[in-house]
Amino acid sequence: MFKQSLMAATAMALVAPAAASAQTEIQWWHAMSGRLGELVEQTAATFNESQSDYVVVPSYRGTYSEAMNAAIAAFRAGEQPHVLQVFEVGTGTMMAAEGAIIPIYQLMAEHDVEFDPDAYIPTVVGYYTDPDGNMLSFPFNSSTPILYYNKDVFEAAGLDPETAPATWAEVEEFSQQIIDSGAATCGFTTRWPSWIQLENFLALHNLPLGTEQNGFAGFDAELVLNQQEPLIRHWENLARWQSEGIFKWAGGNDGPDAGPTFYSAECAMMMESSAGRAGVMANAPFNVGYAMLPYYADVEGAPQNSIIGGATLWTLSGHDEGDYEGVARFFEFLSTPEQQAWWHQNTGYLPITQAAYELSQEQGYYEANPGADVSIMQMNLNPPTENSRGLRFGNYLQIRDIISEEMEAMLIGSISAQDAADNIVERGNMLLRDFESSLQ
Amino acid sequence: MVQNDRFGTFLAHLILILGVGIVVFPVYVAVIASTHAPGTFLQGVMPLLPGSHAIENYSEVIFQGRSTAGAPPIGLMLWNSFVMAMMIAVGKIAISLLSAFAIVYFRFRFRIFFFWIIFITLMLPVEVRIVPTFEVVANLNLLNTYAGLTIPLIASATATFLFRQFFMTVPEEMLEAARVDGAGPMKFFKDILLPLSVTNIAAMFVIMFIYGWNQYLWPLLITSDESYYTVVMGIQRMVTGADSEPLWHLVMATVVLAALPPILVILFMQRLFVKGLTETEK
Amino acid sequence: MQTKRMTFSSRWLPYALLAPQVLITLVFFVWPASQALWQSMLREDPFGLRSTFVWFRNFERLFADPHYLAAMKTTAIFAVGTTFLAMGVSLLFAVMVNRMLRSREWYTTLLVWPYAVAPAIAGVLWWFMFNTSVGIVPYMLQGFGYDWNHRLDGTDAMILVVIAAAWKQISYNFLFFLAGLQSIPQSLIEAASIDGAGRMKRFWTIVFPLLSPTTFFLMVVNVVYAMFDTFGVIHATTEGGPARATNILVYKVFRDGFVGGNLGSSAAQSVILMAIVIVLTVIQFRWIERRVNY
Repeated sequence: MFKQSLMAATAMALVAPAAASAQTEIQWWHAMSGRLGELVEQTAATFNESQSDYVVVPSYRGTYSEAMNAAIAAFRAGEQPHVLQVFEVGTGTMMAAEGAIIPIYQLMAEHDVEFDPDAYIPTVVGYYTDPDGNMLSFPFNSSTPILYYNKDVFEAAGLDPETAPATWAEVEEFSQQIIDSGAATCGFTTRWPSWIQLENFLALHNLPLGTEQNGFAGFDAELVLNQQEPLIRHWENLARWQSEGIFKWAGGNDGPDAGPTFYSAECAMMMESSAGRAGVMANAPFNVGYAMLPYYADVEGAPQNSIIGGATLWTLSGHDEGDYEGVARFFEFLSTPEQQAWWHQNTGYLPITQAAYELSQEQGYYEANPGADVSIMQMNLNPPTENSRGLRFGNYLQIRDIISEEMEAMLIGSISAQDAADNIVERGNMLLRDFESSLQ
Repeated sequence: MVQNDRFGTFLAHLILILGVGIVVFPVYVAVIASTHAPGTFLQGVMPLLPGSHAIENYSEVIFQGRSTAGAPPIGLMLWNSFVMAMMIAVGKIAISLLSAFAIVYFRFRFRIFFFWIIFITLMLPVEVRIVPTFEVVANLNLLNTYAGLTIPLIASATATFLFRQFFMTVPEEMLEAARVDGAGPMKFFKDILLPLSVTNIAAMFVIMFIYGWNQYLWPLLITSDESYYTVVMGIQRMVTGADSEPLWHLVMATVVLAALPPILVILFMQRLFVKGLTETEK
Repeated sequence: MQTKRMTFSSRWLPYALLAPQVLITLVFFVWPASQALWQSMLREDPFGLRSTFVWFRNFERLFADPHYLAAMKTTAIFAVGTTFLAMGVSLLFAVMVNRMLRSREWYTTLLVWPYAVAPAIAGVLWWFMFNTSVGIVPYMLQGFGYDWNHRLDGTDAMILVVIAAAWKQISYNFLFFLAGLQSIPQSLIEAASIDGAGRMKRFWTIVFPLLSPTTFFLMVVNVVYAMFDTFGVIHATTEGGPARATNILVYKVFRDGFVGGNLGSSAAQSVILMAIVIVLTVIQFRWIERRVNY
């Protein structure tokens, strides 16, 4: 028995790679686990069945940062995959890695694959294009933050469960009423504090986070978020709301405690990625409402539009020329309306082409799934401006850590909101200069 | 005196029962979580009694393979974990026994130099020097091999240090007696030192087996071929990932299953502890 | 460095015995570590496409950063707390279990068992248990009138990571303390009890000194563990927060280098860590070992 399983395992190890080597293999490293991982496998399988020249082999490589580091280590050792999934904050790093990456517009042109950048939704693709409008990586899974709220708690507090707060003033007012009525002990919580309460906050209010079009125009950008009065006001509010119990801090970075805080009905509202919708529905034992993020009504131009997060597929260089033909075909397959609509509807990620959005509308997806299009409408509120297109800063992952740290210091009460913003700018600019000089 | 001792024994039991309660509590939480319906753990203060979904959850993990989410079958992953854990445990114990023996029982040139070379490796875990270590493994063509998975993890000095500490406590008379009998170094090592070290070897084996079994980041980097996936990688694949709430009830069921082999190792090795005890009481 | 008073002599045998370990160490540790040393003086992009030699810039930057110096203090508090808790508790357990006859095996199994849980998973369990919304521990503490919030209270966060880190080490320490206790000849202890020494006195005057090689071994292992092998626990529970209250040196290396991709700074931090440990180990061997009884 023991011996048999040993032999079986050895045989598998020997046979498995050999069986697939008749076609050209395309290695695809990704960070999608659980059900999303299954859908990635299915995506590859559909592509592999659709043609006979190439085999896309998806390989799970841990979290986003683990996958990216694994690929970078592999690149340095000459063992990199063809396609790598990279989260949006890694964009600056990847973009700067000239010689290690092949921009998608170039890949498509070289292999004569039809590619029309105008077919894509501008806010989604805008994040990943260079200043000349050339697309650098393929927006595989994108999302944007929205407001989830507990309809049952709203009702118990005497609020209209169909009306979500539209402005921050209403958020405060509703929260106070919820707490006073005893329907819940806290008003709202947030995941991804930097992404939602800083980056998207500024985009929605059409204010810059940094110079050089938020880094799009060059790596000599500097942070200027400390000069944005509405942001300082908002952070002062957050600190006050935290002490009054209206807001609950759920941890820095990805705000890991927000889920349980919302699902246990401790907080009545949660700001979280639109892609978290399936998880919210699976775990919330109450009726959930969906709405756009709140804004300050007195700020001119608000609400502008929100920006995206999520990940894109980058093509890494260093393989045989013929392999890249397959990569181009794979990207072509991924952007077909049918594939896009299927991926969008099953995962909750945003559709990236207008055609996929329209196809989903035709298929009646949004009627059957109320709230699923809140994110798309929020993205499309207005054509993106320099301030709401996205961010492109080097070392941004470390800067996000600094943002979490300083926000925590502010919420503890050891520094003011203005000091927190000033510290972020000072420490962040140093990292930006580091990154800039590492490119020379 | 007898009265006093009885009270002492009672107190000892009390301390141990409380201690075991606290130490085992996190594991208990995992077991409990594996018997509840999805979502229960996120919706209110966690329950402390088993739920009614045990059979459902475990059969889903074992028979439907929800746990793997595209990863290879759980049997293969368990096998890989086992091979990796065994190679690390046995390899580490073997090389450390030899080097500790050399350091304690011989005087030779550069002894102190070698001693420090080995003991510096006590320090940095693989994760902190991961990029250069990966490059070395890749240059040696050891990616996607059991050798690449295990040998770099054998390069740590804990076991050598432990055996060195133990050998220092072995009475000098043992060596004198052996020399009077005309025994050479290897005979002394085999017939006297090894039998004396059984308890420590058993302890080391348990620790190293579990260490190897629970490795995550290293196998993730070294294997891109799924036929080398280990079970902890399979679990991690269920837990970490962007934009998806893990199915905690299934994760916990898999965690409990994956912990069974190391627990069996502990139970089996315990006989050696008891043996060590009876020998000293002779 | 001590050896036995009496040793074997052979020209080649000790080298042959050492060869496997030294070889593995050189290839998989010393060589990569020297590359880290080289990297710490470079400014490099993650892909290694462009690099500039910057001498000690990365180090100067670190020592000019007040947060880095604060992280050193945090590390010291964390390492001392974790080592003390993990060793104290497990020594107590080992001594108690060693008194038992029939139940010894049961207690040993129960105490070693938690070690089988993968650290990545253990982190998740702590996250659950201390979660301020659904966790059992804050819930119980509330019963005592204590409002637990490790997300915004630095002391709570430090207590949490110390407990979580020490927990993982208890089984390990227990196992070696028990092995150590069992190798103490029963006759010595019996002799002492005939002299009428009480239990406590026997422990401190006979058992504990005889246990000192094990204690010394475990102390080194625990300090090294606390300083270097705990970033997984911290990553799963506090992520170094709130406001850096639990940001220890090795977590910063992990975060800046492995997560953040800032290789130069991270390599410099690794080198500083290595230097700290080398100093610590030398101190331990030179000073403490002299007082250890063999």
